[in-house]
Amino acid sequence: MKRRDFLKSVSGLAAGALAPTAPAIWSPAKADARSETLLIVSEGGPNNLDIHGVGTNVPGYEVSWNCYDRLISHEMKSGPGGVPYYDRDKFKPELAEDFNIGDMSVTFKLRKNAKFHDGTPVTAKDVKWSLDRAVSVGGFPTFQMSAGSLTKPEQFVIVDDYTVRVDFLKKDKLTIPDLAVIVPCVVNSELVKKNASEKDPWGLEFTKQQTAGSGAYKVTKWTAGTEVVMERNDEWVSGPLPKIKRVIWRMVPQAGNRRALLERGDADISYELPFKDFQEMKANGKLNVVSLPFSNGIQYIGMNVTKPPFDNPKVRQAMAYAMPYQKIMDAVLFGLANPMFGAAKDKPTEVAWPQPTKYYTDMEKAKALLAEAGYANGFETTISFDLNFAGVNEPLCVLVQESLAQLGIKTTINKVPGANWRTELTKKEMPLFTNVFSGWLDYPEYFFYWCYHGNNSIFNTMSYKSPEMDKLIDGARIAAANGDTAAYDADVTGFVDLAFADIPRIPLYQPFVNVAMQKNVTGYEYWFHRRLDYRAMAKG
Amino acid sequence: MLAMIGKRLLFAIPSLIGVVIVTFLLTRALPGDPAAYFAGPAATKEAVDQIRKKLGFDKPLIEQFVRYSTDLAHGDLGSSLTTGQPVAAELRSRLPASAELTLLGLVVSIVIAIPLGVLAATRPGSWIDHLCRVTTTAGVSLPVFFTGLVLVYVFYFRLGWSPAPLGRLDVFTSAPPTVTGFYLVDALIARDFEAFRSALSQLILPAVTLAIFSLAPIARMTRASMLAVLASDFVRTARASGLSPDKVIVTYAFRNAMLPVITTLSMVFSFLLGANVLVEKVFAWPGIGSYAVEALIASDFAPVQGFVLTMAVMYVLLNLMIDILYGVIDPRVRLEG
Repeated sequence: MKRRDFLKSVSGLAAGALAPTAPAIWSPAKADARSETLLIVSEGGPNNLDIHGVGTNVPGYEVSWNCYDRLISHEMKSGPGGVPYYDRDKFKPELAEDFNIGDMSVTFKLRKNAKFHDGTPVTAKDVKWSLDRAVSVGGFPTFQMSAGSLTKPEQFVIVDDYTVRVDFLKKDKLTIPDLAVIVPCVVNSELVKKNASEKDPWGLEFTKQQTAGSGAYKVTKWTAGTEVVMERNDEWVSGPLPKIKRVIWRMVPQAGNRRALLERGDADISYELPFKDFQEMKANGKLNVVSLPFSNGIQYIGMNVTKPPFDNPKVRQAMAYAMPYQKIMDAVLFGLANPMFGAAKDKPTEVAWPQPTKYYTDMEKAKALLAEAGYANGFETTISFDLNFAGVNEPLCVLVQESLAQLGIKTTINKVPGANWRTELTKKEMPLFTNVFSGWLDYPEYFFYWCYHGNNSIFNTMSYKSPEMDKLIDGARIAAANGDTAAYDADVTGFVDLAFADIPRIPLYQPFVNVAMQKNVTGYEYWFHRRLDYRAMAKG
Repeated sequence: MLAMIGKRLLFAIPSLIGVVIVTFLLTRALPGDPAAYFAGPAATKEAVDQIRKKLGFDKPLIEQFVRYSTDLAHGDLGSSLTTGQPVAAELRSRLPASAELTLLGLVVSIVIAIPLGVLAATRPGSWIDHLCRVTTTAGVSLPVFFTGLVLVYVFYFRLGWSPAPLGRLDVFTSAPPTVTGFYLVDALIARDFEAFRSALSQLILPAVTLAIFSLAPIARMTRASMLAVLASDFVRTARASGLSPDKVIVTYAFRNAMLPVITTLSMVFSFLLGANVLVEKVFAWPGIGSYAVEALIASDFAPVQGFVLTMAVMYVLLNLMIDILYGVIDPRVRLEG
């Protein structure tokens, strides 16, 4: 019996007398609900429950991940500090019970007992419709699918009711990993089609407000900007039944209050806290704080190489020697990051990304390089950052400003409001700036393709163009597709070396994702999307 | 009287039209490109253009305005991009949250400030007068988010008397069925006393925070206005006629001192309603202030326009109400257009 129903029936009899004693009666019920409920507090919440929607934000990805199934997912391995970390190279079936990778296609056998939240069975036509939708709606989902060479509806073929084949357009090592990201989720096609309209053939308006998947959880209540309530789907068959029955996710804008809620034991888990708080909570040991590096992610200082003074490689190298690396690590990040500088001189370049540069803070060397480039007396420039991440960016830029002043470089700090940041990046006019890039697909060539390639994507924020670099990146992609390890290794070390010598962007550190939780919360897993997977979590 | 109210409302129409035009132009003049913002971190230029087209931002300004006004005439305020919900529905659900908090804060404030002001005026220079001065100065000089955080720290974090600052209800309590949108009232209507208790205990700290802040103008105005009235001829006459001091102060002086206090109250109320963003942020309160600010940060036009329009309508209605109240308190005041 629900507490409120019970209360209602009793309140008719003894309305006045009951009120003061009520808390005592409800406590056991409350405690029970508490142990099976996960209470998450975070700053922001989703703006759309469907990752295929227009402008779905990152918290929305978390809902999609837990409420929808994909054909395949990743296995877990033991990561830094023994925390389970997704295994980039190992895939496990999720909605598919079996899959078979051929030369130019992959075939998935679906689970016959899988059902959507409304009870309709999951069949091949749902899978095809969902993948068609992902490559057709435009915007982010379509873009993400194309990263794995999945661009045309014709690629998705229904073999029979429970078999689907995905044809490859070309050999691409990223196709299979791209089928395991959040975007290619399977949607209840009949239900959504019923609620679609001529103007909105993919039913995006419908799935924005409710989940129509077959995943382990379903959204039962969503008040935008306030809370999301998710209940377990007891019929879920794509994995072991999760232990958490109910997830309540509340938005608490004040970081101080989120910490207070955790320390008082009222909230179970939170992220997005200032580094200082994480550091202190780690030190006092009352809570479990997990800090793991962003996979394939780097915070960097970028320089616009199309305009003086940064068109001169000597100036860029001087900048790389003038960065106050250690100060940033200590004063801004409180040690919660992997340094991406100061590798030993004789250390060979690895076939890995991210990896540290050989630069370190050396003002004398910087001065000499600057004089060589003809800027002995320095110059004036502007450093820009995104105010949405002011907690890190602002002190970081102040430290850089201070350090550059020693070389006679006068730096003005330009704070760009979050809404404006994307526009400014696209314009590619900022001379000097700091930013983070991290790729869902954890491959060096993927990172370099977006950030250093001459096709000048939005993430090549420096407008860096080098035919030699393009050749190496393209070479690595082809070598990866053909499984030619020797050529691949040569190309990867080649482009890493070139990126460090030419240094259009100065890597600073690999950021950490920090999550603080109660000691009784177990089963946290690190995923490439850096959001929570409730399915593995448990309390008590 | 009804004719007067009708006339007043008619006069409000031009100013509302002005508000619509100005907010439309102002939001368009904001820096930042909503299409680029909502295209997400990995968008290409084509993706951004696609989204811009979907949102209708590629059309000329005048066409966008015509479309906006037609929608508005049909009661459609557009949809928010950040929360993905229709603006009208969100304002409807968030306005009661802000109003409930503000009203309760104002009531607490009035209950403390008016007696304090009256007592300070009747005994100038006494300890109560000094108390009044100290509280008002402190109340005004402490920023609301600071008072809020201190209260949370002391009463929630240290003492544990107050529930977690998690919005309008305890996490495990469900909201009463909506009638007025005010949880306290709705919970009573539904006879759901647990929800009532939960809503009330969640309200206390933010309401006290607001009260501390709004105490000052009300107490100062009461004191000043009481002092002026107490020095006037009719009070001297009343005293000379041998009326008891209580009767002189409450019946004669206080009623006459009420007018400026009512004016201040209306100003404080409308100011608090829009400006308690910080309190809403500290207590995770789902009100309209934080809604508008978040929308502004994301250059999300529709909610900002909707918020400004709602506030304009509220101001018009509030002023009308105050004018009517004037007439009730002091028959000499005529309600005129």
